Amino acid sequence: MDVVTIEGNEYKVVAQRPKSLTDKPFTYCPGCNHGTTHKIIAEVIDELGIQHRCIGIASVGCSVFSYEFFDFDFISVPHGRALAVATGAKRMRPNSVLMTYQGDGDLAAIGIAETIHACNRGERVTCIFVNNAIYGMTGGQMAPTTLLGMKTTTSPLGRDAKRIGWPIKMSEMLAPLPGAAYIARVSMHDAKHILKAKAAIKKAFRAQLEDKGFSMVEVLSNCNVNWHVTPQEGVKFVEEHMTKNFPLGVYKDVWEDEKAAKQTDKEKG
Amino acid sequence: MSDERVFMKGNHAACEGAYRAGCKGYFGYPITPQNEVTEYMSAHIWEHGGTFIQSESEVAAINMVMGASATGTRAMTSSSSPGISLKQEGLSYIAMMELPMVVMNVVRCGPGLGNIAPHQGDYFQATKGGGHGDYRLITLAPNSVQEMAQFVYDAFNLADKWRNPAMVLTDGTIGQMMEPVDYTTMPWMDPPDKSEWQLDEFQEGRERHVLTSIWLDPADMAVAHEKLIEKYERLKREEVRYTEYLTDDAEVLVVAIGSPSRVTHSAIRILRQEGLKVGLLRPITVWPFPYSAIREYADSKHVKAILVAEMNWGQMVEDVKLSVLGKKPLHFVPKHGGLTFTPEDLTEPIREILKNPESPNTLWHVS
Repeated sequence: MDVVTIEGNEYKVVAQRPKSLTDKPFTYCPGCNHGTTHKIIAEVIDELGIQHRCIGIASVGCSVFSYEFFDFDFISVPHGRALAVATGAKRMRPNSVLMTYQGDGDLAAIGIAETIHACNRGERVTCIFVNNAIYGMTGGQMAPTTLLGMKTTTSPLGRDAKRIGWPIKMSEMLAPLPGAAYIARVSMHDAKHILKAKAAIKKAFRAQLEDKGFSMVEVLSNCNVNWHVTPQEGVKFVEEHMTKNFPLGVYKDVWEDEKAAKQTDKEKG
Repeated sequence: MSDERVFMKGNHAACEGAYRAGCKGYFGYPITPQNEVTEYMSAHIWEHGGTFIQSESEVAAINMVMGASATGTRAMTSSSSPGISLKQEGLSYIAMMELPMVVMNVVRCGPGLGNIAPHQGDYFQATKGGGHGDYRLITLAPNSVQEMAQFVYDAFNLADKWRNPAMVLTDGTIGQMMEPVDYTTMPWMDPPDKSEWQLDEFQEGRERHVLTSIWLDPADMAVAHEKLIEKYERLKREEVRYTEYLTDDAEVLVVAIGSPSRVTHSAIRILRQEGLKVGLLRPITVWPFPYSAIREYADSKHVKAILVAEMNWGQMVEDVKLSVLGKKPLHFVPKHGGLTFTPEDLTEPIREILKNPESPNTLWHVS
């Protein structure tokens, strides 16, 4: 543990800005979960000791400037194409650790083909998928994950399943693909869940480091500004409505599957 | 494989050119008439320490190349016209991030699905940017199987020299035909060092590398633009390439690229036997375009008229027009629908033009 000296007294550092973040203050809206999500990702990268092996892929949306906040090599890429770019980079540099950071429009609408196929190929990359049920950067339009009845600037009367279909469940879609090693949905609405989210993100990176396959953590997040709520109301909405529509949990865990397979072998045995 | 006089298909030779240039990543999607590239890459790139992925789309393929190139590796993709349209988004980002890579377009007939016959309808797209924003690709136009290999090889070197995407613009005829190739002009090489900007796993002790195409402040974006434009202006001064055939005394100068330039050779031989003085200027770089070389002919005393032959409705002819600047009559002979030129398609108009070379009022005059 680090020690700092202030006015001649030595103090143990128990909490500090992760090394994998730059000094630049976040430019996200007040109360937005992006900041906390960045922080726990950076902590995981610090704890795994992989900061200088990481290549980040910044997508399009509020996270377009994520490359300014993470302190390792980064590329910002076209809308929806993060996992294709990650694929190309990882195949050329298998010792690098690839992370994409994508929103719901990027990953689940315009980039859904790239997402499904990267997962299906079992690309050794880690995808952080921030689902806040809305297009934040462009001013609050409907996302593929917008909940039924939710009002947005392009669903002013509320999302209507008859006209535009249902909120898409990416974790449930990807988990059955054999290329998936670790798929989990977590939430950022309170401290307990943030710790769980961090544990899931760590597992997702481990899946890549241990060459198990594709990993994705779907992070349920807020958008106070475009939901037109206070930060408190925002996290409450995540807890009460988002988690109901998008159940939290681990949808694919390659280590559990391996354990179960070993158990079956033993029983057969 | 021996390096001397190998009988090969154009699309296969392009792959061999890529291997010799140290291409380590190929990402592509099937489309006729360039399937042989994807197939040959899938079979052989492993022998050269490379990787192949058949992507889920052309869009994914170009973005995989973007990722591969960002890590400092030589990588390429190829496709044919409809697929190249899909790659334009990625090419725009690649151009702004100044990532060196190679894309080959074995042009077929469009618009829309068109057909799989050779065509030159993608000239504008290849030479004027193609995607959104103000940028250019270094674009080489081969007209033989030898050049398919050589120009892919050269494209990698030019792309790295200028940190700019390069395109090999060919047509279905050149991709599909077989000719002997001599690879001794393409010595095996390792990709150059790009450790100053590439993304990699060796970041300890160095500044982090960031590749981006976004500058929110117009004043910052203007600086980024100016850097690109300065590069493009230098390219225009330093990298223009073209060849000439019997142009020294030519009264009619033909300008053509790709398979029509081969037919032009046949037409010139026929016409020369009749005593008619006809020559060919063939641009090798269609961007940067050889404006001043053509202008010199337009200024010369012996050239009386200039003729452009293209398998389209008239695209390169606009660049030739900018070269000629009205100094001599300019004629255009098109070919549509995926049909290909015969020598007669060119000999007849040239004979007609030479009857009254100063007159702009021939059937093929460009208004």
